[in-house]
Amino acid sequence: MSREFTPALKERIEGVLAHYPNKQAGLLPVLRLVQSEKGFISAEDERIVAVLLGLRPIKVREVVTFYTLFARKPLGKFHIQVCSNLSCSLSGGEKILEHLKARLGIRIGQTTPDGKYTLTEVECLGACEQAPCMMVNFDYYGNLDPEKIDRILEGLK
Amino acid sequence: MNEKVLTQNFGLDHLFRIEVYLEQGGYRAAKKALTEWKPEQVLEEVKKASLRGRGGAGFSAGLKWGFVPKKTDKPKYLCVNADEGEPGTFKDRYILSHNPHLLIEGIVIASYAVGIHDAYVYIRGEYEVIALRLEQAIAEAYGQGYLGKNILGSGFDLDLYVHRGAGAYICGEETALLESLEGKRGNPRLKPPFPASVGLFQNPTVINNVETLANVPFIILNGAAWFLAKGLPNDGGTRIFGVSGAVNKPGIYELPVGTSLREIIFTHAGGLKPGRKLKAVIPGGMSSPILKAEEIDIKMDVDSVAAAGSMMGSAAIIVIDDRTPILEVLKKVAKFYAHESCGQCTPCRLGTNWILKIVKRMAEGKGEQGDADSLLRLAANIKGRTLCPMGDAAAMPVFSIAKKFKEELEASLKVKT
Repeated sequence: MSREFTPALKERIEGVLAHYPNKQAGLLPVLRLVQSEKGFISAEDERIVAVLLGLRPIKVREVVTFYTLFARKPLGKFHIQVCSNLSCSLSGGEKILEHLKARLGIRIGQTTPDGKYTLTEVECLGACEQAPCMMVNFDYYGNLDPEKIDRILEGLK
Repeated sequence: MNEKVLTQNFGLDHLFRIEVYLEQGGYRAAKKALTEWKPEQVLEEVKKASLRGRGGAGFSAGLKWGFVPKKTDKPKYLCVNADEGEPGTFKDRYILSHNPHLLIEGIVIASYAVGIHDAYVYIRGEYEVIALRLEQAIAEAYGQGYLGKNILGSGFDLDLYVHRGAGAYICGEETALLESLEGKRGNPRLKPPFPASVGLFQNPTVINNVETLANVPFIILNGAAWFLAKGLPNDGGTRIFGVSGAVNKPGIYELPVGTSLREIIFTHAGGLKPGRKLKAVIPGGMSSPILKAEEIDIKMDVDSVAAAGSMMGSAAIIVIDDRTPILEVLKKVAKFYAHESCGQCTPCRLGTNWILKIVKRMAEGKGEQGDADSLLRLAANIKGRTLCPMGDAAAMPVFSIAKKFKEELEASLKVKT
């Protein structure tokens, strides 16, 4: 797949840069746009963004590696992020992770061979009243138990 | 009598749409402030209301606004902290998703008071659906003349943008948030200078939490005296308490500032499950020092919780019952801060990882005599020795757990050896 930025992506980047008095300030939203279009941010993407924003490539690399939501390799079609922080673990969060590991046959940080699921352990997602909780892509799921997870996975298309 | 303020209309369908918000009297406060009051009057009223920051530090919002220089050639900025990363905290998510226009109205009034024409909402990256809803609300507000040029014919201009974070707890710290907004790693800055004089893009900047700003329209409409009567004389209004952990009814509870911690847990959040006993409470988000079961007869306001040796923080109450070994709690705390340290200051970068190493060893049954003392020493060596409050945030829970539950930690060593 070509890593060239499409005209549509470039236009969205121009739109977001208009929100800031300098181009560097647009770096996080621009990287987000790149990731949402391409699935992850490659080294080549970093270089293109650096040129577009007039930054040294290291400034882009620093940011991509600092923030946990930026992916540097492809993620599965469904990115499952499970909270293992305190409120979730008080409500059985560890069981959720174990169940997902067994059900998907992968360890934390891995993607299933068919490219369908990636499993990530994350810190607090800000939904502690629904503990234990997880996100699948940008959707929140709370009050989880193994049976509910099975139903959620079956519903993912 | 628990009259809700911020959350009063949360049950309404589509409150996030401007038509519904306007039907409920929305944007009346902005209209009053911008067309009837001078900016200084708004500032004075908010100062009188003793509105204290709802993000964690509990600093007076009015004073914060007052620190921004009135006469300056530089542009001034407002940054709204919607990063909400403190474990246990989820209240701002409710405001943002149920009533984004209330926040926007607060932003308009605050900006008018301080003379700000550009504002950003820094929202955590995971809140994608909520950010889209906020962007929609902002577009509606532009469409109806509550944002943009010459708002409500007052001659006051304000542009408002949503800026998404990308997963970093440290960006909830105000100067790290500024760095992140400028397109950099979220490394906190040395203070002083404070953001009020040198903030975003080196310009004077106000940084307020979502809930703090959401209170502002009510202060303008009903007055400082009304707001103070809702809470305490030096800490006005209500707070949205977020209760999670071992309670029957986890959720948000908007209650007067100064409501007792025991009442919140046992009356509002439904108490603990049958057969379980209260062991400990984290009263203000993970970074606040832990309280033992016998220490919960305290008022929940910034000063009272501080007097009890803990911190009101974000009013995120995590309840721990007697079936949870304290080592499990300590493990989560240690793992979190070791993961989230930005790495800039040595005591925090190394200290949090040493703490994690010791706690892991204890959890694996390989703990050594004196480990609890090592944790106390390590935590004490982080606290107060870092650029930003995250060092303290990492040290305080560890110190308090190792001190208050030392016997249990040491007993767990004996059982396993």
